[in-house]
Amino acid sequence: MTLTPAIAIAGVVMIALNFYVLSAGADFGGGVWDFLASGPRRQAQRDLISHALAPIWEANHVWLILVIVLLFTCFPAAFSTIAIALHIPLSLMLIGIVLRGSAFIFRSYGSTQDATQLWWGRVFAIASIVTPVLLGMCVGAIATGGLGMTSFTGPFVEHFVRPWLTLFGFGVGLMALALFSFLAAVYLTVETEGTPLQDDFRKRALWSAAAVFLIAFGVLALSWNAAPMVRQRLVAGSLALPIHIVTGLLAVAAIAALWRRRFRLARVAAAAQVTFILWGWAASQYPYLLPPSLTIEAAAAPSRTLFLVLWALGAGACVLFPSLFYLFRIFKPQQHS
Amino acid sequence: MPDLFAARSQMGVSLAFHIIFAVVGIGLPALMVIAELRWRRTGDAVYLELAKRWSRGAAILFAVGAVSGTVLSFELGLLWPEFMKQAGPIIGMPFSLEGFAFFTEAIFLGIYLYGWNRISARAHAFSGVVVAVSGAISGVFVVIANAWMNTPRGFTLVDGKFTNIDPLAAMMTPAAFPQCLHMTLAAYAATGFAVAGIHAAMLLRDPTNAFHRRAFAIAILVGAPAALLQLVSGDISARYVAQQQPVKLASMEGDFVTMRGAPLRIGGIPSEAERRTKYAIEIPHALSFFATHDFNAEIKGLNDFPENEWPPVAIVHVAFQIMVALGSFMALVALSVLILQWRKRDVVTMRWLMKAVVLAAPMGFVCIEAGWTVTEVGRQPWLIYGILRTADAVTPMPGLIVPFLTFTALYVFLGVIVAWLLYQQIVRSPRGDDVGEIRAHAA
Repeated sequence: MTLTPAIAIAGVVMIALNFYVLSAGADFGGGVWDFLASGPRRQAQRDLISHALAPIWEANHVWLILVIVLLFTCFPAAFSTIAIALHIPLSLMLIGIVLRGSAFIFRSYGSTQDATQLWWGRVFAIASIVTPVLLGMCVGAIATGGLGMTSFTGPFVEHFVRPWLTLFGFGVGLMALALFSFLAAVYLTVETEGTPLQDDFRKRALWSAAAVFLIAFGVLALSWNAAPMVRQRLVAGSLALPIHIVTGLLAVAAIAALWRRRFRLARVAAAAQVTFILWGWAASQYPYLLPPSLTIEAAAAPSRTLFLVLWALGAGACVLFPSLFYLFRIFKPQQHS
Repeated sequence: MPDLFAARSQMGVSLAFHIIFAVVGIGLPALMVIAELRWRRTGDAVYLELAKRWSRGAAILFAVGAVSGTVLSFELGLLWPEFMKQAGPIIGMPFSLEGFAFFTEAIFLGIYLYGWNRISARAHAFSGVVVAVSGAISGVFVVIANAWMNTPRGFTLVDGKFTNIDPLAAMMTPAAFPQCLHMTLAAYAATGFAVAGIHAAMLLRDPTNAFHRRAFAIAILVGAPAALLQLVSGDISARYVAQQQPVKLASMEGDFVTMRGAPLRIGGIPSEAERRTKYAIEIPHALSFFATHDFNAEIKGLNDFPENEWPPVAIVHVAFQIMVALGSFMALVALSVLILQWRKRDVVTMRWLMKAVVLAAPMGFVCIEAGWTVTEVGRQPWLIYGILRTADAVTPMPGLIVPFLTFTALYVFLGVIVAWLLYQQIVRSPRGDDVGEIRAHAA
């Protein structure tokens, strides 16, 4: 693998996606746990999620915008195919994103009446559950090689539904939801240091870790038929075994740390685990952007654009990372005080 | 409904919805920062209260603007994949830069909204300044991308394909400066007047209310100069359109026949069938003067262009008339306020002027919608002016009426709720006797 500008930018796209995933799909998976809030501390759980999320909420969104902008600027051929073939799930995901973001802010700033708050909470929670599933389904559609078509004349279902509406795709969607929920629960254990809520989220983190395991094996089984190329590389590629081993070890480490109440350690392990899963997918597809035939190089924009974008990314990073660091330093260490 | 029309309608609705939030996202942070800085300088707690209340409004509007902007970045591809496939590498640059500006805005807005008690007063005010500046820069980058669609530059066209592309030259496109200037001023004028109008309405009932007086003073300080400068910026834009997009100018003016010393038409309804604009008031030679600063210059009419390159003339003409009429009214009100303030008069007690400001409150936003109608509908039938037709860029996905109606319903629903929430915030604003309490509480 030689590092060309196209590969470098594809790497940046993955890094941005990685940050988006580490923010647990922008809402820190908060919607799921808002929806599943239960027990005597139900309201306290919801308040905590809202409190943890509010200051960093808007910034989390921008990672996805960055992914899209980099795709259409640097890989226009891939972007246009994705935008045509996945029109339906992407539109549904957008509705989810709009409702999730609006409901969250309406709940924070709207009426203080319980009924209205509860209603917006429901909209927020349901939109938060649907959005990552749809995102996962889009990823699943890409991985199966369903977006290999070059022409879109012909039957509607063939071109606009079948590529994404598959059992495998749905499995990947559930996997995304489970991963985000797992991350969210682990993060929230750290935010609740020294309160009874910590136990609530510890339990939730352990349950969702179990769900991640089950779904991961389910998806692997489904990939046998659905995404043969990806499956083959996931199982047999040269990097496959080391990546699997590391991912597995990290998963075990996260669970062990949760079990022994080493919550900060659990957070690091969980974040690393999810990162490895994401890059495992990227490695299994390499050098294809849209399997089975469109490679990163073939989809890339002219080199002048790529070089300029790399410069812009470098300059942008100099502003972005110090700002993000400042944001998290202000809001994250003394969260529960 | 044909798919092309549904796609154009969905794009139009999405832009029309998003732009209101984008504009407030540029203007409102400026107001809240000025209020906070005045609080720091004078120690008057009313200014602090104002900054906090405006920031609540900014939070709601920013959130809806952020998600509707996310939708637009996807819709560029969902609706116009062929456009993005060809033009992405050329105009992606301003979008990439906008991504970082927007990131900065989102991060510092979070710090501003939730950091009141966590960071120093100086750092907090600084965060507000960053939000205001990065919001404006973010808007400029998006408008640059749009400007390229009006005056595409930075490539060589070989067999209908873009080759030899230069994204920096594309950003330096001639439409960029006039469009960015006009749009940025519009954001401050519209937000300033809308906020000033709300507080003017309160002051009509309660003219001594210190809270509303201070709010009005800051809002008009931002809105009035911008509304006045918009006359100059409009003149620059008119001359650029005359040079670069003569068909658009002819449509804006309802000008069907090429002539020297062309008249300016006020009002009227263009009829494409009869090839003339009926019921307009014509001012001789004025169009030639405004478009070129020469009373006898030749202005190309629509007859000089093939009919399949005309935009929908009536829509463009009427939208342009609305923008100019309402914009002129705002400029007149702005001028009156500025002169009276300069002569040390207490404008807040002048009921006729306060009523005029209330009347002007929604006008900035109507102007912006009308102005974008002129820019975008006036560019039709082209998506990239002179190069790619809108009809050739639309997605092959059928049944586009479904997403169009869905997103329209979603935006109507959100619009109603946002309006209701803002109304709730406004009716809860402090009465005259609450002001003393705010100060006592702070002291």
